[in-house]
Amino acid sequence: MNEQELLSIADDELVLGWRDSEWTGIAPVLEEDVALSSIAQNEIGHARALYTLIAKDPDALALDRRPEEYRSSALVELRFVPDWARTIARRYLYEHADAIRIGRLAESDDKAVAGLAAKIQREEAYHLMHADMWAERLRDEPRFRAALDELLPYALGLLEAADRPALLAATGLENVAPIERGRHDDSWPQLWEEMTMVRRSEPAGVAW
Amino acid sequence: MIWEVFRQERKGQPFQHAGSVAAPEAEFARAYAHEQYGRRGESAALWVVARDAILDVEDFVDELGRNYHRVDGYSLKEKLKEARERAGTAVDR
Repeated sequence: MNEQELLSIADDELVLGWRDSEWTGIAPVLEEDVALSSIAQNEIGHARALYTLIAKDPDALALDRRPEEYRSSALVELRFVPDWARTIARRYLYEHADAIRIGRLAESDDKAVAGLAAKIQREEAYHLMHADMWAERLRDEPRFRAALDELLPYALGLLEAADRPALLAATGLENVAPIERGRHDDSWPQLWEEMTMVRRSEPAGVAW
Repeated sequence: MIWEVFRQERKGQPFQHAGSVAAPEAEFARAYAHEQYGRRGESAALWVVARDAILDVEDFVDELGRNYHRVDGYSLKEKLKEARERAGTAVDR
């Protein structure tokens, strides 16, 4: 596991945390609002922990890069509010793909990486439970099926080629051509602009 | 559908009512309770119970005022005063 791959995972977690937290206050029901916001916050926490493995200052990695320097997948950059079916389809595919790649990290020879991955796995288990219960409920919804078809190619792109069959097995979906990481979604620069605005506006030398 | 959530703060302590969550089915209730009453490490365990499964008992009729069934229903002070009056040994206080 090299640094670029760790950075890809960290960026995915950060950006998905940003996107899912757009539901805070406007989710379909209050309980879901709390649950999804909490999950979004966890993802940002995972990003922070992964950034800390790579660099001394996680804030600098999270907020001081140019938008084109991020390694996030277009999957997590897509803006879905107010489309709940696609939001859940992304959560479902992302969590299953993430479980596979975090499982890989947990097997790493690097003790710090393996240890952090084990911690992340324990929280992700609840994310997976949340995604699975929603997927089960929406299974026969045409909008949800369509969203799965639309997003599966991106989800496959989150994984190494060797790990992709495991995602298909976990979700029961048919294989399709993957969309590889590398091209940002058109909505990404605007999200980056918004999320780093406060950081960029701070006076020189300020410490939070 | 409403689910009542009971929270155990530490292992071995009694479960106490924490609040409720609205959820369409048991799996959602479990997940929502987990997030709302456990995500800050404030609980060691939760009980999540469908409100419909709880038996209400709230009708405690006491039409005849049999307050001697209760500890606070039997005032010795009054009875003592009456007895003293009958015996002519009442003291002025």
